[in-house]
Amino acid sequence: MPLPAALEQNPLLSNWVAFEGDDIIVRTGKVELGQGIMTAIAIIAAEELSVPVTRITVRTGSTSAGPNEFITAGSMSIEGSGSAVRQACAEVRSYLLGLAAGTFGVEPGELTIEEGIIKHPATNETASFAELMDGQSLNIAATGDAVPVPVESYKLVGKTATRVDLLAKITGGTAYVQDLAEADTLHARIVRPPSMAYTLSTLNEIDKSGIEQMQGVLSVIVDGNFVAVLAEDEYTASLAKFKLQQAILWKPSPEKRLPVDIHEYLEKNAAVSLLVEQGTPIESTIPPRRTHGETLKATYRKPYHMHGSIGPSAATARWQGNKLYVRSHSQGPYLIRGALAAALAMPPEDIVVEHAENAGCYGHNGADDAAMDAAMVARTVPGKTVMLKWEREDEHAWEPYSPAMVMRMEASLENGKITHWNADIYSQSHSGRPIPHRSVSNLIAAWHKSNPMKRAQARPGMGNHSGIHRNADPIYDFPDRRIIKHLVTDQRVRTSSTRGLGAFGNVFAIESFMDELAHAASVDPVEFRLSHLSDPRAIKVINTAWQAASDRQPSSSDGWRHGRGLAFAQYKNRQTHAAVVVDLWVNETTLEIKLDHGIIAADSGQIIDRDGLANQLEGGLIQASSWTLKEAVQFDEFATTSRDWESYPILRFDEVPTVDVHLLDHPELPSVGAGEATQGPTPAAISNAVFNAVGVRLRQIPFTSDALRTAALAEEEAT
Amino acid sequence: MNWKEPARIDHAWLTRYDRSMIRVSLKVNGMIRQVEAAPETPLIFVLRDKLNLNGPRYGCGSEHCGACVVHIDGNPAFSCTVPVETTQGKEITTVEGLGTASQLHPLQQAFLEFNAAQCGYCASGIIMAAAALLKANPTPSRTEIQVALKNHLCRCGAHNRIISAISRAAELMPAQLPASTDHGNA
Repeated sequence: MPLPAALEQNPLLSNWVAFEGDDIIVRTGKVELGQGIMTAIAIIAAEELSVPVTRITVRTGSTSAGPNEFITAGSMSIEGSGSAVRQACAEVRSYLLGLAAGTFGVEPGELTIEEGIIKHPATNETASFAELMDGQSLNIAATGDAVPVPVESYKLVGKTATRVDLLAKITGGTAYVQDLAEADTLHARIVRPPSMAYTLSTLNEIDKSGIEQMQGVLSVIVDGNFVAVLAEDEYTASLAKFKLQQAILWKPSPEKRLPVDIHEYLEKNAAVSLLVEQGTPIESTIPPRRTHGETLKATYRKPYHMHGSIGPSAATARWQGNKLYVRSHSQGPYLIRGALAAALAMPPEDIVVEHAENAGCYGHNGADDAAMDAAMVARTVPGKTVMLKWEREDEHAWEPYSPAMVMRMEASLENGKITHWNADIYSQSHSGRPIPHRSVSNLIAAWHKSNPMKRAQARPGMGNHSGIHRNADPIYDFPDRRIIKHLVTDQRVRTSSTRGLGAFGNVFAIESFMDELAHAASVDPVEFRLSHLSDPRAIKVINTAWQAASDRQPSSSDGWRHGRGLAFAQYKNRQTHAAVVVDLWVNETTLEIKLDHGIIAADSGQIIDRDGLANQLEGGLIQASSWTLKEAVQFDEFATTSRDWESYPILRFDEVPTVDVHLLDHPELPSVGAGEATQGPTPAAISNAVFNAVGVRLRQIPFTSDALRTAALAEEEAT
Repeated sequence: MNWKEPARIDHAWLTRYDRSMIRVSLKVNGMIRQVEAAPETPLIFVLRDKLNLNGPRYGCGSEHCGACVVHIDGNPAFSCTVPVETTQGKEITTVEGLGTASQLHPLQQAFLEFNAAQCGYCASGIIMAAAALLKANPTPSRTEIQVALKNHLCRCGAHNRIISAISRAAELMPAQLPASTDHGNA
């Protein structure tokens, strides 16, 4: 049998499994981002090795031990690492059975395996894994010969397990990168300009030395535009940062003034336009739009959004001779290692990056930048460990944002069916991750240091459903489609990958437009979707969600109008199928939108961790609701003015809807990623529900009461 | 946003600050702890860096997110802004004082039962707020829980699990055990 790709690339079983006494260590190259991957990996390993989940200790991404699995992104961890761990553990199981058979002088087929003990029932001879291994490592390569436990024998997979990482997080244990400071660890803070439009103008020498003389401050580091402070303890570092911010003058460059209307700017400044066929961009001339007969047009827009991690980015770094040791919550330990090596002009082999958790990141946030910041500061104090933590404002102002997008849609109808589908999608790059390049970089400190590196040019993602065009190509059966992605390479606002990438904007547009077309065709919107679908799994999730909604009687309340909307997508057209129904109310006077209830029906193939899967899907719905109802990064001429949670509000506890999740398990099918599957359908379900409630179509996120009032007035004027 | 020419630093103030370390006596999780700190030091830095308590998490430094919430005399307080000097002589409780891995508080037990987190960064602060709520109101409704948590942010969307876990903890809470731990058992 062919090996799973990650196992093929890292075939040595000792990369994946090790026995330390009675503990079974399972290593994955993926990292825990709060998505629960450690728990899912533990379940898979425990199933193959016939031990309880609690016997497995999962260790995540490190460049010093375990497999290289590049990056934890795109909802690929269960598919990638999960299948590799399954096969690796099956091989280990088979190897252990072989060892036991040799020891007992019997055939492997005569043996049983339970709770980590191999037994020969005929003689009652037993041996534990640890005894059989006798301290040896699994220095053997995977062959693909071992057969994993058959699905029908599963005892753990598909059931609900307690999260393996949760106990430490709720009892004050060492759980996050911020918890790794020891008594002799030094603390650093970064002092950044308001935005990338600014450079250092003055830092008075008197001010600098005054701050350096504060008790507990070790040094103020100024290296080009890179400014940081190092202190003996964290409070002193934060106080010195505050003082430095008062003392420093940054000046903006007039040519870096931000566009007033970002959406208008996007539509007028595309640098590259590509035709998207079957979800993949191709080199081709851009054909004109194709329509026939009754044709509808609509334009949808999303603003810049933040990842908005609750814990600001942080890292530790220590230089020992020529070697650099980093603890980082980067999504790709090898990726940041390569980028650090390039920016610090050293061989990657001299750097060890070990993953440590932070709060959920939902994509590329400040994690990688903080690692570079820490390395820069630690270089000034060889042999010392430096803990560098960003503050809230650093994260809000400097994390790469989810780009603004414009989706221009146009479609033709004939006999209640779509005949022609056109979409033009305008956006900045959704990919700004660290790269191992000697002259260009995606790390802030590399741009700011003396001998600065240039920013990497934005380039169009050419992969299937990557970046801007993720989920731009609907899975509906349209006879004719023309989908164009337009990349705007301007980088005055820093952008990169955020949960779902283009799928959030594209599915918002597609599924809202499907509703508009259904109304134009006078067909029920759910029926309209079903009549354009032949994929039975798509049909099933839509029917399941809609049936669950039909069984629910929404409560009513005076002065509020109820609305219900459905939206659907299959993530990247190849991962989880998810249908979302939203029940909401619109206040007749204030036009406030209040979410009542969400229903999700999802098909992710084989379920590994039932509750973990539900958690991801419902969390996605709530997070996407927050993006949709409340969030837009605000700017002045040169910088973001959304610098705290008051100026960038997100959904709070008294605003969240209840959510029901219906999982359609397919043990016979491969598991596919689910972590981003509800991001796209949610905004469209909300938009469709608002239309259902008050007959006004919202096409621009966020859906504030002001936005609804503006849309209502515009429609009134138009009629 | 105002990026004007900054005022020059008052160096006298810096030096004054430099000399103003004080010895602070704190009662944390039932134990008396002596620390040296500047009087205005936000409590969170003392708890995390000097007393090695990881429970209070830094999220915003401005009372917007609630990740740092601890109890001061049984009431939820933002440890990221309260000056350590003002907490002398008061009972400070962190999530470590509520329960331990081997002896979980009903809230911690319920959080595990409901997998009431994704990343869990907000959980310690929320558990502290919930403990104070259950003390004041042993059988809170969903709405009452939502209101009690209005100062807490969760970015992962684990809100409903958290609310369910708090309802469950209300059931688990033995009548004789106070919801907040001014009895202290660090």
